[in-house]
Amino acid sequence: MQPRNPPAVVIRGGTVTDATGSRPADVLIQDGRISTVGSKVSSVPAGTVVLDAGGCVVAPGLVDLHAHLREPGREEAETVESGARAAALGGYTAVVAMPNTEPAIDSAAVVRQVLELGETACCDVRVAGAITVGRQGARLAPMAEMAGLGVTMFTDDGSGVQDARLMRRAMEYASALGVTLAQHCEDASLAGGGHMHEGEWSSRLGIPGQPAEAEELMVMRDLALARLTGAKVHFLHLSTAGSLAMVRGAKGSGLSVTCEVTPHHFTLTDEAVRGYDPVFKVNPPLRTSSDVAAVKAALADGTADAIATDHAPHTQETKEAPFDEAPPGMLGLETALGLSLTELQIPIEDILALMSWRPAAIAGLGGEHGGPIAVGGPANLCVIDPAEKWVVDPAAMASRSRNTPYAGRSLVGKVRHTVLRGEPVVIGGEAQR
Amino acid sequence: MTARHLLSVGDLGADGIEEVLRLTDSFVEVSSRAIPRVPALRGKTVVSLFFEDSTRTRLSFETAAKRLSADVMTFSVSSSSVNKGESLRDTVETIQAMGIDAVIVRHAGAGVPWQVARWVSGPSVINAGDGWHEHPTQALLDCYTIRKERQERGAPAPADGRPALDGLNIAIVGDIRHSRVARSDVLAFSALGAHVTLVAPPTLLPPSLAGWPVDVSHDLDAVLPKLDVVYVLRIQKERMTEALLPSLREYTSYYGLTRRRASMLPEGSLVMHPGPVNRGVEIAAEVADDSSSVITQQVANGVAVRMAVLYLLLGSGVELAAA
Repeated sequence: MQPRNPPAVVIRGGTVTDATGSRPADVLIQDGRISTVGSKVSSVPAGTVVLDAGGCVVAPGLVDLHAHLREPGREEAETVESGARAAALGGYTAVVAMPNTEPAIDSAAVVRQVLELGETACCDVRVAGAITVGRQGARLAPMAEMAGLGVTMFTDDGSGVQDARLMRRAMEYASALGVTLAQHCEDASLAGGGHMHEGEWSSRLGIPGQPAEAEELMVMRDLALARLTGAKVHFLHLSTAGSLAMVRGAKGSGLSVTCEVTPHHFTLTDEAVRGYDPVFKVNPPLRTSSDVAAVKAALADGTADAIATDHAPHTQETKEAPFDEAPPGMLGLETALGLSLTELQIPIEDILALMSWRPAAIAGLGGEHGGPIAVGGPANLCVIDPAEKWVVDPAAMASRSRNTPYAGRSLVGKVRHTVLRGEPVVIGGEAQR
Repeated sequence: MTARHLLSVGDLGADGIEEVLRLTDSFVEVSSRAIPRVPALRGKTVVSLFFEDSTRTRLSFETAAKRLSADVMTFSVSSSSVNKGESLRDTVETIQAMGIDAVIVRHAGAGVPWQVARWVSGPSVINAGDGWHEHPTQALLDCYTIRKERQERGAPAPADGRPALDGLNIAIVGDIRHSRVARSDVLAFSALGAHVTLVAPPTLLPPSLAGWPVDVSHDLDAVLPKLDVVYVLRIQKERMTEALLPSLREYTSYYGLTRRRASMLPEGSLVMHPGPVNRGVEIAAEVADDSSSVITQQVANGVAVRMAVLYLLLGSGVELAAA
């Protein structure tokens, strides 16, 4: 990182919430680090930027384990810069960029390229490396070389590693590197050709479906392989009741696995596809209302470790194709927190755990992101007004793309300020650069 | 409220379907004239936009439009800018800019007519078949054919105030899963009071039938003796490679309408098929040609039904869908 000398910042009048609890406090930031946390910080240096946090929660910045920033290769849909800006507006101070770029992030060179692009971004951009070369599922990518550049998570996201023997070898190899293997669980032979969840709605709409079991089979296999190899395994965007039940059971038996769920899987069902708008096409697909209930239950009881966005920008022209030709994916970075605060009946402290310190730990970012908010700690923070009402407006988004399924939806809870390494990158809901 | 589009046959409701059937009678009469043409849609322009080859359906629609004196344009996808990478939306907006009154859309992807309807502001959109999803005018011509052929064979008309297919037992046999005809027929037949049974191996049924007003059977022999109509669907050869069927021969022996099976049908029952027929596979040649078969009548009625649909959407302002 280029060292900057940002002005001092004081966040006044909020309630500081982190993994250690909540207390009313002002936060003074100097030289990019937290210098004072306490009630009524009165003496601040001249030129200090004052951020009003009245009525707000001052939290460690959010951490997204799953964002598609599209660079290199799909810059018309998103860039590291635009995606990072969207992230900052959503309260994130760190995102993990998925490797399904063109070329794929499967070598040290591409890792370096994306990390360099992230250096000037208004969010800390980390990358996940591919497990296999070109995400082709045939040969292991140079994981040690990428891990040497700080990559802590590997995945072929967009597809799952189909070959069980190869996945076993990847887990064995990864276990020596201290990294996490993250799986996009989808058995390609069973899911193949499916464009939405297979069930009542796919049958009625005449759209080829993919059954819940296509996800669950790979969860089942990888739990077995995790048991065999002892590797750290993280399941991406789990979407079915069956998947979450298996993870719950595995955790109960002491297996070291984690999983994430997305806001769209706890706010939308497959019925949304009935108008054939490809903005509702996503992978894993929107599921049934009982799956939505299971995702919410998994968030409430700790089975799900994190809320991740699976932010997947696509240009308007690619999304205006026939439903079965349109690419899957929806925007998420700017709506995830609002949806979680609006739709989940769990305390904000628990939502912050799911969106900040637990994903920070999974991504190996603890110490830099996820708090706690304490003197000497890094100033990666977000200030959330949990009562602010707003309406999702695609045209107002910082993402280069507009494929949000939530246009016009009323949400309660919005990011007011985001501070990255001491620099206020979002003030009053506006990106500063 | 006047319906602007015909996307799903279900949107019409029983009343809307009956209205189409009544109007079709008068267009059947028009079609039988020496000069089968009326000026009802003079000055209107109708475009057929077929992204998927279907000469039969396209010709039927275009003939219907011409008999109503509409100007007809054919947008042939294979020779158009679609092959040069033009998007679906651009194609639709280009056609709309020409000042047309209706666009008849056929596409291999389910739901495309719904997308087109969202993008156009003036023209009516008529679904001429979208993927596995729907084929509303096929269902309308099927309803019309059943009603008319039963009348001509002296079957009693439904009681006063009862819908056109009241109490009829209809089986749809074959590849329901991939069939837009089956989806539309189930909606239309049941809206008109028929009792529908789907007969197929489980691999050729939709994964879920929740909400479908149907019974399911895997035993055609047991179903046939109580039917008023057996509706046979085309079986496509690629179903073998998708592990949905072991072989065509096995399909024919268990689900084909063979001569032996046709003889189990009650007197006066009808044999139907949306065409094109695979003789000797889903239906025996002799059965397709038998007097109980109304397959050619379906084709003939298709033109009059499509005249009725075009007339209702473009010509009269008469209500087509239930308000």
